[in-house]
Amino acid sequence: MAAMADTPVLYVRTAPAEQLPPPIASTGFIGWLRANMFSSAGNTILTLAFAALIFWAVPPLVRFLFIDAVWSGPNREVCLASPAHPEPGACWAFVRVWLSYFIYGFYPIAERWRVDVFFAALALGIGWLGWLSAPRRDLGALYFFVILPVLSFILLYGFPALGLAAVPTNLWGGVLVTIVVATVGIVASLPIGILLALGRRSELPAVRWFAIGFIEFVRGVPLITVLFMASVMLPLFVPQQLEPDKLLRALIGVAMFASAYMAEVVRGGLAAVPRGQYEAARALALTYWRMMGLVVLPQALRVTLPNIVNIFIALFKDTTLVFVVGIFDFLRAIEAARGDPRWATPVTATTGYAFAALFYFIFCYGMARYARSVEVRLSRSDRR
Amino acid sequence: MNGAIKSARYSAQAWRIGLQVLLAVIVGGLIYGAFINAADNLERAHIASGFGFWNNSAGFDISQTLIPYSANTSTFGQAFWVGLLNTLLVAALGVVLATILGFAIGIARLSRNWLVARLAGFYVELIRNIPLLLQLLFWYNAVLKALPELRGSIVLPTGGFLNNRGLFLPRPVFAPGFAAVGAALLVGIAAAIVLHIWARRRRERTGAPTPVGWWIAVLIVGLPLAALTLAGFPVAFELPQMSRFNVIGGLEILPEFAALLLALSIYTAAFIAEVVRAGILAVPSGQTEAAQALGLRSGTTLRLIVVPQAMRAIVPPLTNQYLNLTKNSSLAVAIGYPDLVQVFAGSVLNITGQAVEVIAITMAVYLTISLVTSLLMNLYGRMTAIAER
Repeated sequence: MAAMADTPVLYVRTAPAEQLPPPIASTGFIGWLRANMFSSAGNTILTLAFAALIFWAVPPLVRFLFIDAVWSGPNREVCLASPAHPEPGACWAFVRVWLSYFIYGFYPIAERWRVDVFFAALALGIGWLGWLSAPRRDLGALYFFVILPVLSFILLYGFPALGLAAVPTNLWGGVLVTIVVATVGIVASLPIGILLALGRRSELPAVRWFAIGFIEFVRGVPLITVLFMASVMLPLFVPQQLEPDKLLRALIGVAMFASAYMAEVVRGGLAAVPRGQYEAARALALTYWRMMGLVVLPQALRVTLPNIVNIFIALFKDTTLVFVVGIFDFLRAIEAARGDPRWATPVTATTGYAFAALFYFIFCYGMARYARSVEVRLSRSDRR
Repeated sequence: MNGAIKSARYSAQAWRIGLQVLLAVIVGGLIYGAFINAADNLERAHIASGFGFWNNSAGFDISQTLIPYSANTSTFGQAFWVGLLNTLLVAALGVVLATILGFAIGIARLSRNWLVARLAGFYVELIRNIPLLLQLLFWYNAVLKALPELRGSIVLPTGGFLNNRGLFLPRPVFAPGFAAVGAALLVGIAAAIVLHIWARRRRERTGAPTPVGWWIAVLIVGLPLAALTLAGFPVAFELPQMSRFNVIGGLEILPEFAALLLALSIYTAAFIAEVVRAGILAVPSGQTEAAQALGLRSGTTLRLIVVPQAMRAIVPPLTNQYLNLTKNSSLAVAIGYPDLVQVFAGSVLNITGQAVEVIAITMAVYLTISLVTSLLMNLYGRMTAIAER
């Protein structure tokens, strides 16, 4: 202490130092860039390489899809390379001409309003069930699972007594068939899947083994073989005069397939319901079906809603496979239109596929975002 | 009172047995009815039944055969094996490619580099939300079939051609001395496995680090290379030759095969990427922090702490993706790649008309693959289960 007193004081700050802003390189956009893209030499190389990839891939794509694209025209001439148009882009004129075929297939033009009404009725049902705080969702479920199927059948297939001419299913096509197959798949697979899931957890050995056998069998084989089975074996298994319609056969195959996957998802939901809920329901002397219907299933289905949507996405993509058993879904319609000699150009195939990809992407991505938002909402409500 | 409980229990018991008998009767009745109808319908259509067709002459050609096959002398049974091998070939290669791509993209999604993570996320969202069949048709019709025709073939610098009939590469022709190289490779792999086990035992016993990575590389790569040199390179390359109407010789890769392999690998990789990402995120960050607190370096942390735990979460869903890829390879039928479904449930079914037998055999093959894989998965799960205290 004494020694310190002898040392002369060299520097004492008399006023607080002025506050400086943080270095410019660590805040704002530049700071963000440094932290997220150029934090090290390796990172910088990665960033530059991927930036080069983007600059290499994106401009030609934009040019093909938009700038060089042909938006309207009567036939293939407009989409072919010409002196005025040396590098033809996407031939959207082709899509415009064929658009109604892509949506309705060969459905009679005078009757197409029925398909539009069906689309609207379906949208109402999906909106009612999908909007989690919609009023009277119980009525919505009734509408979706009972009224809508009957209404759709009357609308689409026709009901001569009501003045709606019958439209045989071989005239159906395009988006209509894609949506019918996916919707029938989901509407049929939910109840069957719930029964199978309950069966798999049942104490009755015969019921349990039947459910396990069905689920594992269907999940173990490709959808194509199930569709083949439905389309070539089913007609053998029924009396000749009862031979089912081609579309109906594919629908049976799709419903079987979707049910097995649905059963596994519902089983996951059932496992997530705490044991105490079962025991409490039993203690209140509820029978098996009332326990399941009033206590367990409502909770199980609530947590599995995102997974059910995911099954629907998978099913929506898988509907393209009905192509293989000769049904005109959306993708098959694109394939058929692509072969039209009036539109035979080098870019027709790519344009058709780009349009189909856009369609499927919008639907599937939209549903995936919805499933995600439901998941977030559920996890928020579970956190107490 | 006691009697009432007893009778209630009896009635519950009766109800259970009754329900099961009812189910058995319904299922049995359906099967019986289907059987009667099928027999009736088949007889009316004059279609034989049974598996006698297996040894009949096939009489149709297959564009890609891994085993000797010809339309005139081969049987339906041989066609089955050709189709099955083609399915297994595309599935095996697809699994390898999809795994490499999927792991790269899954790890890239977790990258701290914003651009890399975003691009990987874009890839996953784009690929997952477009049907596989659409992607397959795109690769086949819009890319591979749009390649130049025979006369305008792209000539590859290594010798070979690329045109809309496929990719023609030099084909290695092995001289007899090549067997020694194969043997050297097998010996090298066996020695590497022994060395690895020895190193792990030693590390577990003494705690001393025993790095053998380089030695393993030398054994697996160096030994066959040495044998190759000693045997005087007993391998020649047969170059494909362009003729007027065709490409002759060389190794031919069909556009159908290439399109299927591309589509399957790219599609499945998006799903594998999600599996890998979820698996790595499933390792609690406390594990990494504890490893760092013990003074492990970041590479060692990754290798000894994170990866083994992540793999436990990754392997079961990864196997599921492999099964999906195998099942999805049946989409081959849409572009005419001769896989099991196209050859057997397609051509053979059309020729013989024996739908029941053919579909049953086809399904049995996929079921066997699925069941064997899930059996192996259960074994793996039991082996890697955390030993609870």
